[in-house]
Amino acid sequence: MTAFRAAATAALPAALLAALIAATPALAETTLSIGTQQEPTSLDPTADATASIDGMLVQNVYETLTQVNEPGEVLPQLAKSWTVSPDGLVYDFALQSGVTFHDGTTFDANDVKFSFDRAMAEGSVNPSKSIFAPIASVEVTAPDAIRITLKQKDGFFLFNIAQGDASIVAPESVDGNATKPMGTGPFMFTDWTRGDRLVLTKNAAWRDAGSVAIDRVEFRFIAEPAAATAAMLAGEIDAFPGFPAPELMEQFEADPRFTVVVGSTEGEVILAMNNSDEVLKDIGVRRAISHALNRDAIIDGAMYGRAQPIGSFFAPHHVSYVDLTGTYPHDVAKAKALLAEAGVTAPEFLLRVPPFPYATRSAEIIQGQLADAGMTVKIENVEWGFWLDEVFKKKNYDLSIIAHTSPNDLGNFARGPDYFYGYDNPEFVKLWDAIKFEADPVKRDALLKDAQRMVADQAVHGFLFQLPKLGVYAKGVTGFWNSSPVLYQPLATVAKAN
Amino acid sequence: MTLLILRRLLGFALTLLAISAAVFFLMNVLPGDPAMVILGIESTEDARAALRDQLGLNDPVIWRYLAWLGGAVQGDFGVSYSFKVPVAELIAERLPMTLALAGLATVVTVALALVLGVYAATHHGRAGDWAVMAFSQLGIAIPAFWLSMLLVILFAVTLRWLPPGGFPGWDDPIAALRALILPATALALVQSAVLARVTRSAMLEVMRQTYIRTATATGLSPARVMWRHALPNALVPIVTIIGMQVANLVTGTIVIENVFYLPGLGRLVFQAISNRDLITVQAMVTLFAAIVVTANFLVDLAYLWIDPRLRART
Amino acid sequence: MRLPANLLIGGTLVALVLGTAALSLVWTPHDATRIVVAMKFQPPSWSHPLGTDQLGRDVVSQLMVGARNSVAIALVAVLLGGGIGTALGLLAAAVGGWVEEVVMRLADFSFAFPALLFAIMLAAVFGPSLTNAVIAIAFINIPVFARVARASAAQVWTRGYVLAAASAGRGRAAITWDHVIPNVLAPVTVQLTIEFAVGILAEAALSYLGLGVQPPTPSWGRMLSEAQTLLYLAPQLAIWPGVCIMVAVLGFNLLGDGLRDLSDPMLRRAR
Repeated sequence: MTAFRAAATAALPAALLAALIAATPALAETTLSIGTQQEPTSLDPTADATASIDGMLVQNVYETLTQVNEPGEVLPQLAKSWTVSPDGLVYDFALQSGVTFHDGTTFDANDVKFSFDRAMAEGSVNPSKSIFAPIASVEVTAPDAIRITLKQKDGFFLFNIAQGDASIVAPESVDGNATKPMGTGPFMFTDWTRGDRLVLTKNAAWRDAGSVAIDRVEFRFIAEPAAATAAMLAGEIDAFPGFPAPELMEQFEADPRFTVVVGSTEGEVILAMNNSDEVLKDIGVRRAISHALNRDAIIDGAMYGRAQPIGSFFAPHHVSYVDLTGTYPHDVAKAKALLAEAGVTAPEFLLRVPPFPYATRSAEIIQGQLADAGMTVKIENVEWGFWLDEVFKKKNYDLSIIAHTSPNDLGNFARGPDYFYGYDNPEFVKLWDAIKFEADPVKRDALLKDAQRMVADQAVHGFLFQLPKLGVYAKGVTGFWNSSPVLYQPLATVAKAN
Repeated sequence: MTLLILRRLLGFALTLLAISAAVFFLMNVLPGDPAMVILGIESTEDARAALRDQLGLNDPVIWRYLAWLGGAVQGDFGVSYSFKVPVAELIAERLPMTLALAGLATVVTVALALVLGVYAATHHGRAGDWAVMAFSQLGIAIPAFWLSMLLVILFAVTLRWLPPGGFPGWDDPIAALRALILPATALALVQSAVLARVTRSAMLEVMRQTYIRTATATGLSPARVMWRHALPNALVPIVTIIGMQVANLVTGTIVIENVFYLPGLGRLVFQAISNRDLITVQAMVTLFAAIVVTANFLVDLAYLWIDPRLRART
Repeated sequence: MRLPANLLIGGTLVALVLGTAALSLVWTPHDATRIVVAMKFQPPSWSHPLGTDQLGRDVVSQLMVGARNSVAIALVAVLLGGGIGTALGLLAAAVGGWVEEVVMRLADFSFAFPALLFAIMLAAVFGPSLTNAVIAIAFINIPVFARVARASAAQVWTRGYVLAAASAGRGRAAITWDHVIPNVLAPVTVQLTIEFAVGILAEAALSYLGLGVQPPTPSWGRMLSEAQTLLYLAPQLAIWPGVCIMVAVLGFNLLGDGLRDLSDPMLRRAR
């Protein structure tokens, strides 16, 4: 102990000196520490679907051609502007000039071509390969210009290439991205201690570095709600944009040191029904289940009231949203009547629940509600790997609870009977094709509303609530998004007042 | 003696071989495609196929096992499917945390158990003895994860003296130690319950021997008789139990790390199983088994060292 | 003097647990699985002596049904594992040679394999369920009983009258039946009581990890795992299920100790 103290005293002046030297030229460093529940497995968003990779790195370390802002509009990023041919098939992008990757290599149109070709290639392991499917070719037309030609019109194209899956990477560094991400963004990767933290530092060479208020970002991985709460209360964490425990929001709201924001994500939480099941393929049974559900009680019990109910498969914060929560009001008698009408008595359903708190907490409540309407539900809390295999791949389930976190995923209902919904409706496929190819915003808006109504009317699933984005921030921290239309959170606009 | 050690080493190798094979084939029948877990539900089938190819998952099971075994013998445990770094590196990263937790817990366990056990033995039949026995019975009956929750409620939620979980990293040793106090205590209290009981009965047995009575009669202080003469002779059963408890300690560490979200080996193995990171699970379970088998082996060696009489028998 | 204390306290606690489990079959204060979200986190009252949980379910009723599930799972699993293990142990002692070697090596092997990981993998293969929890707990017990049974049986096989019977041409199976089993019964019974306590702990741990009984079936371990996420909001929910586990395990342990003292007076001296 004495030896330790002696060493500590000796080290102190040196450390002080170092700190002073470091502090003299610039102003004090601003460090922002951000709590993150999910720990990433690797750091390459083009080869791994883990959401926290995008959450921490995309638009911060990696950049994309376009980007999406909080309301969901597409804005320029590495592409400073673009033109689209009248037939909607040829996109000409003008690229930012003078951009370099963090290792000093220059960014140009060849990097863009490399990134897209790599994602589209036959042996590509891109987790969202389907967003590249409409692309026919990618050509370098000048060092700072790229032309992407599509096989068919795609209304979501500019939005899709703003996702982390379409990050622009360099051939020189791409192989190291899993552990040492190399991009062009406002922050550079500095350090990653698995199980503990990931550190980014400001990229002084970024094209708009002057506007970046944070010098150093520390993502701290804190999976457990109690530990997250303790770290916030102790002031170790400045921001927890995806706080894991809705039940603790009240405590933070009552504390003047914090700002609490309940926003929404793109995650629609559904009671998924296997539409190819003998019993569930009957729309009457599905409607009976929908009537048996009491959304308010589910949201109250599972999310402590911190979520918005949904009546269809669409995010309430989206401009084209229609409120369809009144389609199947909670009505046990009606549910029983519908079941009787369908000729089904005392049905039994297997509810396979993936290991997410929103799902496990909702499951028991739903089980109780369906029991009230004369339906027996057997719950099985399963592992994620098991769920992917048995439920998602093999459709070996009757009911499940899952959040679909991708934007614009109404198209899931057009995936045909092989998709785990087991839903087969050519009419919807036609409608979705129309939406995909429609460029006119007004017409598209109307079509999207039709699609929501169709899905609700068919009671394809039990529609529960929109997964909330629960943000807890220390006072003085600004610039975080309240709601997220995408998986990432740009930090270039975040600030922290001391 | 040498023969014994050789026989034990052979048994050791065979056990590890059997366990690694069992884990490998068990993991292979797990439903859940590693490629699907990594690439998510929006991935396309051809991307997953490409990844499976990259990971070598398309080779026959036997071939993969033999390849793994061949590497493992040379110290190469393969590259983690999900973390994309060598498994050995992953384990090396997590090992200090687990060792610190297990070490701290063991030190507290042994200290607590010896003090309580000796105290109970010297106060045989009196209130102190009863108290120690009651502590021991309660300790055996309490699940470590529940004890952890109680400690968290008291010291983290109510008093706010210690963190309720998580690990701040080694940069700040004080903070790191603080994060380990509750988990190590939870492990140690439960483990020391059994050990205290064994220490007590071993001590009682030894104290009945004539030489101890003689030592006491010659006027040596009771404390000196206890710690210098009686305890060393009571060590055989105590060491046996410590050795047997290593298996419990391994399991206990796995559970406690998950209760407190400590980034050690226990947490890694859970993550690896749910990520279907076969190659990591494989190495880790083999490692856990190796620790348990090694501990038993060391216990046997310790006997020979503690009690020279046993040497004659082998 | 200690002997009645062990048996008495242990017996009382075990009777309490078994009685509660039996009572829950016919009566609980409320329906243990009835969810009334509006009634969540009620403080203790006449109607709900220990309050309600995060979904408004009555805590006392859940604890009562939990007792039944714990006892049933531990009983089935330990008897299953104990039966197989004892049979293997008897076989090893009777046949000897390579059979004995193989059985005992297998026992070593399963000791070295972390039982918890086995349970996790089992659940990952077949999905978590009551059956898998039972199998996992039974599996842990096999090597324990194999060792106990073999050790006691091997002793019997060295006795003069057994050797005499063998040389008189009695078959190994017959000797095992006539002489070995009666002598092995006592240590195995004692071990059963003790392993029963371990079984209850194991069931709690598995349910706590989500690998045991599935909702809505109440279980002490599952109640604790749900309570753990609510430590800041409702710490009281983490208390009672743990107390129940402790009482049950303590009861069976004390009973087992008492029985061992009864069956083996030699050990009593050392305690």
